Amino acid sequence: MEIQHVYLKLHLEHSGVVDLEPLIPIFHDWVREQSCEETLVDVADYRHVSAGPGILLVGHEADFSLDWSDNRLGVRYNRKARLKGANHDRFRQALRAVLMTCRRLEEDGRLEGKLGFASRAFEIGVNDRLLAPNNQETYDSLSPEIDSFCDGLFGRKSYSVSHQADPRRRFSVLVQTPRTMDRSGLLKALAP
Amino acid sequence: MKASNHLWKERLAGRIAEPLNREIDIFETEIDLRRQGKVDERVFAETRLRRGVYGQRYDNGQRHDGKVARSLEYPTTNPTKGPNTLWDAPGMQRIKIPYGGLDPAQLEVMADLAEEYSDGIAHVTTRQDFQLHFVHMEDTPTLMRRLAAVGITTREACGNSVRNVTACPYSGVCPDEAFDVTPYARALSRFLLGHPDCQNFGRKFKPAFSGCSQHACGLTSMHDLGAIAVTRRENGVEVRGFELYVGGGLGAVPYQAKLFDEFLLPEQLLPTAQAIARVFGRLGEKKNRARARIKFLVHDLGIEKFKALVLEERDRLPRDPRWKQYVDEALAASGEETPTAGDDLSEPGSALPEFQQWLKTNVRPQRQTGFVVATVSLPLGDISSDQLRSLADIARRFTPDGVRTTVEQNIVLRWVRRSDLAQLYQALESALLAQPGASNIVDVVACPGTDTCKLGISSSRGLAAELQRRLADKGAEIDQAIQDLHIKVSGCFNSCGQHHIADLGFYGVSRKVGGFAVPHFQVVLGGQWTQNAASYGLPIVAIPSKNVPEVVSRLGERYVSDRLQGENFQEFVKRTGKLQVRKLLEDLAKVPGYEADRSYFSDWGDPREYSISDIGKGECAGEVVTAVEFDLVAAERQVFEAQVLAEGSNFQKAGETAYGAMLHAAKGLIKLEFLDVADDPDTIIAEFRTRYFDTRKIFDPFAGPKFANYLFAAHRSSGNGHTPESSRRLMEEAQLFIEACHGCFNRMGLTPSAATA
Repeated sequence: MEIQHVYLKLHLEHSGVVDLEPLIPIFHDWVREQSCEETLVDVADYRHVSAGPGILLVGHEADFSLDWSDNRLGVRYNRKARLKGANHDRFRQALRAVLMTCRRLEEDGRLEGKLGFASRAFEIGVNDRLLAPNNQETYDSLSPEIDSFCDGLFGRKSYSVSHQADPRRRFSVLVQTPRTMDRSGLLKALAP
Repeated sequence: MKASNHLWKERLAGRIAEPLNREIDIFETEIDLRRQGKVDERVFAETRLRRGVYGQRYDNGQRHDGKVARSLEYPTTNPTKGPNTLWDAPGMQRIKIPYGGLDPAQLEVMADLAEEYSDGIAHVTTRQDFQLHFVHMEDTPTLMRRLAAVGITTREACGNSVRNVTACPYSGVCPDEAFDVTPYARALSRFLLGHPDCQNFGRKFKPAFSGCSQHACGLTSMHDLGAIAVTRRENGVEVRGFELYVGGGLGAVPYQAKLFDEFLLPEQLLPTAQAIARVFGRLGEKKNRARARIKFLVHDLGIEKFKALVLEERDRLPRDPRWKQYVDEALAASGEETPTAGDDLSEPGSALPEFQQWLKTNVRPQRQTGFVVATVSLPLGDISSDQLRSLADIARRFTPDGVRTTVEQNIVLRWVRRSDLAQLYQALESALLAQPGASNIVDVVACPGTDTCKLGISSSRGLAAELQRRLADKGAEIDQAIQDLHIKVSGCFNSCGQHHIADLGFYGVSRKVGGFAVPHFQVVLGGQWTQNAASYGLPIVAIPSKNVPEVVSRLGERYVSDRLQGENFQEFVKRTGKLQVRKLLEDLAKVPGYEADRSYFSDWGDPREYSISDIGKGECAGEVVTAVEFDLVAAERQVFEAQVLAEGSNFQKAGETAYGAMLHAAKGLIKLEFLDVADDPDTIIAEFRTRYFDTRKIFDPFAGPKFANYLFAAHRSSGNGHTPESSRRLMEEAQLFIEACHGCFNRMGLTPSAATA
């Protein structure tokens, strides 16, 4: 099964209220500097929507966001343009984009102490209901590739994968690790 | 953009009503033709606008970063999707929702589309539409197919066309209405959609219905066509009718609609609207976009003369069985949907203060005992995909009626049993949709403004969000008199936020201070929201954006302290006088120097140093493209389709399609002189011969009658079969004939200028 339009949301561990406002000038700077591989277009503030997209950095090939969907804060990468290669490459690209985003944000002094990027879980899915209907068949088809992807990152049996089986939602799985992910190590492993 | 686009066409085959299916196929072909450079960019712009595919800020590939304008480097720069509009730049898709009515399945599709093609947010507009932002041009046909599969069209959601037919969201359940206007809104919407008489406007045309004259819900006074339900007794029998208004509108110069008919019978509604459309199409301004709305035509002619012309036109109209059929069918469907009368009078059973507050502001009784309408407040009109799916579930569980969007950018659930309210509240709360304050001061209405609109001057959504935050923080401390006020914010003078009809209206302007641009808002006071927007406010002073929240506080406090018993806000402003009000705000109009406080030099929610250089040419006005130009483009598209058929060895069909293209082009020219030309080929040929051949208008300056003769020859041989050779020849001749029609049209000097609004 060939998929496109992978999205990946890295769940952030946090406590209490998180103010996303400092993200706005940072994302505007990123548009000015065109500091991602994608063409960046604009910034949208959706803080007024409960459990919504939060602060969104709109790109041509993909959107980035500090997102509150499912009432979980996370850094999301949502691929819009097609990507060459195999599914495995698409998973790698999405995770790498998210981790790079985290690193860049962490290095920005304006967020210091306001937002942490520790994580023990990410959701990886397909933003296309026709290419990847959210059913057992899709899961069975993609599961080996997802396992292989995670094996390469975390080692065999050192993570868990659960399928989010609501048929109305897009196909996605939740990957959880027992310990906080080592971002630098992962980025090294994902380097092109 | 989406890898699945081609698959959706197969998946949905047979599940889309044929006229909609054909319409989307045509649009897809037009996209292909534009990609090949075979359609002029101006014509393509109006073509996509008439499918609701709208431009968005920065789509010229330029964006000011606070210091300088920078280019956005998109992969595809050619072709454009309109003048100065890049192909790859994200755009907005407007989706028409007649009278705001949606069923749960439609809500779910909207949720999926927002997620898969947009940014996970669906936006409810002040005209009961939905809008999705950041949509790629090439995804739009698929998006339209998925909508069409659940009975929704985007056709004529933008452009110089009949826009969404809006109606009071309480129609059918309001205790004060004369009767339910829903079926009539549905019938008019169906009748005017794609109607040939509505393809030649100089600007858009917006109809609205209201069930009564006293409330605000329909806003008929500010519409091009407004119909208010009225009844009268004749021979002891109650007879339905409409108070019909024409020529209202906001925009930079707001006009109150004029009374056209005190009592228009329902069977006259559709033909009268058709006749109005014809008069507007024929006499409305085409070149000067700023005076092309029907309000100017009505004003210039005077309502009596306008009415006489319309009635004359109505008498001339060929009788159309749909005038009655559509109304009858809509009435029958409406009857089927009405639930049985409620008999449950028990009180909602929760004493939680949050529930009680929501009950107070978001729930109103229905005409039908035991039932209520519950409003789902959407901050800035936005709702997430997850929330839309939850709302679909809630609608299924609590109402047989679906939902309706409102002009206040909210959604209402009707036919909710009063005894279910506590459970409904819980369900809404779980979906994070139980925000109180519907239709009061916290419920600030705003157009997209500088967030996404090419015309935005100041950040209407940024300001609205800030006002909402501050007012919500005050919550119950706000005096009741203030709680009932309405705030509406537009990003510019074009009034999409309807600032003219708010108690406190604001529209974006820009001022230079010390050589720097500063975002401002004009304060508009005195507007009347009730009685279908009975009067418009006037601007009194421009205030820097960052001081506008203080304007709201100050005016609110003064109103609470100085108002007389029973005095509403408009009366208070009138009694106080604009001069005094202006004095009250004058110090807030001052801007500290750039070095003293730089916060004034950026807008709400946007930290970039403020600039107006991102303002582009708006597409609200569309491109002035005459009906004949559309017909000629459609004819060319048919020739292209014939080529595709020939490639598939379907030569018979290819030949027939090429002949059809010639007839289409000929008919387009005929309609310049004779709108009601019939569809049958013999009539078209006879009319064309009389009007264009015998008069030599179609004669080419060099080739003379040659190309017209292709048409006549094709007609003579139309019953014959087609071989590969004959179909190929016919396709070539069809293209040449269409070129001759273009030439003829151009020689007639009727091509309108594409002047800006």
